[in-house]
Amino acid sequence: MATPVARETAREKSNPSWEGFNPGLWQKEINVRDFIQQNYDPYEGDASFLASATDRTKKIWAGLNELFLEERKKGVLDISQIPSSITSHAPGYIDRENELIVGLQTEAPLKRSIMPNGGFRMVLNALKTYGYEPDPHVVETFTKYRKTHNEGVFDAYTADIRRCRSSHILTGLPDAYGRGRIIGDYRRVALYGVSRLVEHKEREKRALDSAMSTDAIIRDREELSEQIRSLKELQQMASNYGFDISVPARTAREAVQWLYFGYLAAVKEQNGAAMSLGRTSTFLDVYFQRDLSSEAITEEQAQEIIDDFVIKLRIIRFLRTPEYDELFAGDPTWVTESIGGMGDDGRSLVTKTSFRYLRTLYNLGPAPEPNLTIWYSPRLPDGFRSYATKVAIDTSSIQFESDEIMRGALGDDGAIACCVSPMIVGKQMQFFGARANLAKCLLYAINGGRDELTGAQVGPAVGAVEGEYLDVEDVMDKFERMMDWLAGVYVNAMNVIHYMHDKYAYERLEMALHDYAPLRTMAFGMAGMSVVADSLSAIRYAKVRVIRDETGLVTDYQTEGEFPQFGNNNNHVDQLASWIVSTFMSKLRKYPTYRNAVHTQSILTITSNVVYGKSTGNTPDGRRKGEPFAPGANPMHGRDSHGIHASAASVAKIPFRDAADGISLTTTLVPEGLGRIADDRVVNLRSMLDAFFSVTGFHMNVNVLNREMLLDAMDHPENYPNLTIRVSGYAVNFVRLTREQQMDVINRTFHGAAAV
Amino acid sequence: MSAEHPLTASPLEGRSPFDLRVNQSRGVPESAIKQALESGDMGFLHSFTTGSTVDGPGVRLVAWTAGCQWRCLYCHNPDTWNMMNGMPVTIERATEELRKYRHGLKVMSGGLTLSGGEPLMQDRFAVKLFTAAQAMGIHTAVETNGFLGERLSDEELEKIDLVLLGIKTWDPEKHRKLTGKDIGPTLDFARRLAARKKSVWIRFVLVPGLTDDALDLAQIAKFIAGLGNVERVEVLPFHQMGRYKWKELGIDYKLEDIEPPTNALAEWACGLFRAEGLKAN
Repeated sequence: MATPVARETAREKSNPSWEGFNPGLWQKEINVRDFIQQNYDPYEGDASFLASATDRTKKIWAGLNELFLEERKKGVLDISQIPSSITSHAPGYIDRENELIVGLQTEAPLKRSIMPNGGFRMVLNALKTYGYEPDPHVVETFTKYRKTHNEGVFDAYTADIRRCRSSHILTGLPDAYGRGRIIGDYRRVALYGVSRLVEHKEREKRALDSAMSTDAIIRDREELSEQIRSLKELQQMASNYGFDISVPARTAREAVQWLYFGYLAAVKEQNGAAMSLGRTSTFLDVYFQRDLSSEAITEEQAQEIIDDFVIKLRIIRFLRTPEYDELFAGDPTWVTESIGGMGDDGRSLVTKTSFRYLRTLYNLGPAPEPNLTIWYSPRLPDGFRSYATKVAIDTSSIQFESDEIMRGALGDDGAIACCVSPMIVGKQMQFFGARANLAKCLLYAINGGRDELTGAQVGPAVGAVEGEYLDVEDVMDKFERMMDWLAGVYVNAMNVIHYMHDKYAYERLEMALHDYAPLRTMAFGMAGMSVVADSLSAIRYAKVRVIRDETGLVTDYQTEGEFPQFGNNNNHVDQLASWIVSTFMSKLRKYPTYRNAVHTQSILTITSNVVYGKSTGNTPDGRRKGEPFAPGANPMHGRDSHGIHASAASVAKIPFRDAADGISLTTTLVPEGLGRIADDRVVNLRSMLDAFFSVTGFHMNVNVLNREMLLDAMDHPENYPNLTIRVSGYAVNFVRLTREQQMDVINRTFHGAAAV
Repeated sequence: MSAEHPLTASPLEGRSPFDLRVNQSRGVPESAIKQALESGDMGFLHSFTTGSTVDGPGVRLVAWTAGCQWRCLYCHNPDTWNMMNGMPVTIERATEELRKYRHGLKVMSGGLTLSGGEPLMQDRFAVKLFTAAQAMGIHTAVETNGFLGERLSDEELEKIDLVLLGIKTWDPEKHRKLTGKDIGPTLDFARRLAARKKSVWIRFVLVPGLTDDALDLAQIAKFIAGLGNVERVEVLPFHQMGRYKWKELGIDYKLEDIEPPTNALAEWACGLFRAEGLKAN
């Protein structure tokens, strides 16, 4: 245990680790943003300075690629049954002599650990799935002596919540696993060293000594004690790797290493649904600039350090069940890193290290993790916008979010957790929570609270619709009441979940890297927005006849006539979509939250649209039972018939104030659809991003397809929203062709004359 | 139920769930059509899309007009030949729709492109729409075969910022075979645009075995290079995306078995244009 750095020492400007940095408030208090503002160099140039992967990097990456193959074959490469904690496992290496940044979750790469505190059943299911016999000691501990979050939640769930859970009107509640979506400010570890952070937390705790010991104060004191304990464990973990991180980092390589140790401790302790990294590139750039200008390192070495760091982030693994993976479409960790954006003072926050992060997608090849997220503003330097756009076209591995909107709401040191949830780093956290299936809610409204698939009475029996045709006023009225009920059950469930998560699976280390009493939001979610919007549009503008089964349950609909559909920049229906979002949000706000968290909402089922659709019956918009919803805030596939500009305009109308946890738009393109010449493609996509983000567009995922993906798009149009294949002057969209026509396009035209 | 039917107010919403659009103007009396064509108060549109990057500079809104008097063997939109296949759209409604995209089109250095069909079959409507577009600061382009170019006065030509002019072949006899019409008016229009220093992109459809004659291409290239106002030549590789339209319309399609050109052939054709100092791709 190192001696804690005394406050006075830490405040001295002559601290050797800080030599060469501009002084500021950041020396007197924990304030990473101020450090960045006082010290970073905005970079306005292009990507030509970047360095390629070194042989060392290639060798390490190639070795891992062999392990990836084996992992894919077996599902998981290996499992350690030692319950994971910050210091549970001995140091692990990929290639000890050659690694620049060290640290693994267990003693070997890709070997997954168990984290039973979130829920032991999930652990047992996962072990069973992959053919492992559970360790009897672990079973005894977590069945006999130690209660988990999962058990706590089910002790306190109401009958209503259980019914909603099994009918899937509420899905993906984090009641059996770690909630995630909390971002520790891992930069603090590098800038201040752990001793200073411990000292700071001790002061925060002492400040509570004068407060009366109420429930809330007791909880806060206990949490702060746990935070301090976790910081000491972090220091111990680093020490096991041979590093003394009680003091600040002295070099760029140390800064990356210290920061990564902070993150590593978090992912050893928590199997959260999203374990995001924060906003680190410009912070680290200050260290890289210092080392580069003193010629301590070269550009090649700087890139090598970033490449090695990103390799580590790419091999973060959690032990999960196949059901979980189905819900989240794959095995995502959401190591989201926020890059770019503008500063409050009008300078761009883009630095050379922002470019270096993007460069890893070439040096190591495309990958979904870390989830590189550009905080996009049309005011960002040309060189960066062009490079980010080119990377998007070449790799499909980055996403774009509105810097203008998020900076307006949170200032210039925010980061994305998961896919679209913005928060201020180290000062704000969220209670994450799944989605309400609004399409199903509409069907419940029509059926007086009965489930359209099972006929069971799940919602309140407030009276089903009568008569042969749906009346819009009647349906809207019933729908509002059903939303009210659903919102109540939803808030109830979330309160229980987060109470228990704090109690049994508290994120000690992540919260140790937050200020005391951070802003808490409770992030609700909605699925099926475009299905509901189109359904209400059908009821209002066409005639919808109901078809009932022998028990009187409405199970199908017959729509006569035309109706406007979401995604065509048509206000008649786009306003319905906004109405759904704002109305549900206002219902949620009526119910008090655990720890007085601020209610927010996201429209972001990027990956689970298929699962939600599966458990939803026929809807009045013509969608058939079991058919997938559109992802996120997307229009239903094939219904946005007027191109990306119209489609994006519809989505941009959804009000951020009622969906402050993010509004997601996924687009798919073929390279040829962006222009006839490669250079034009970069310019055109950049223009599209400029246009979308200069209005109220919030988020855009850009997927650029190859031939295999096109073939897949024929079978799964729901995964390839607003896919357009354009050639000059030709008037049709790919997804609107028949299967035979699509084959024709793919085989005979689009990719040359290679007829099958 | 709401009494107002929104579709009467937003006729640009495709009425057919299928992209093969036919008979969208069924029921519109002939006199009304005649009046519409003369006044330009109403146009007949096959469809429109946004976000196009292949129909002129930047990212554009493209509207396809219905009606064409040519019958090109390789046409990929034969459902735009008949004006009655288009949906009737008033100039006010079209302008209102365009206005929604004004901001984005400017940011994206794009604009409005009228394609077809042959837009100049509805020359009055086209002029009115282009005038309205320019008034909103939107760049305008027309994709035309030039056959009806003389319908536009010099003043009206100023409402068009860029002409995407299709040239099919140099050989007059072959032109009649390919399109059913004479080449003369197209070349006259090209010369007139040159005299007025109007921005022009030439579009040439490359069909293996049909329009890939070296001498023919060289002659076109020489003519175009001599005009002095051609900014870009686009060699459009023939494709089969329109084949199903011919089939469903029940028209005899002569290019059933023709394969799209290889990249090498397209590059070769571009080379012939570049040899004359033109920018071609």
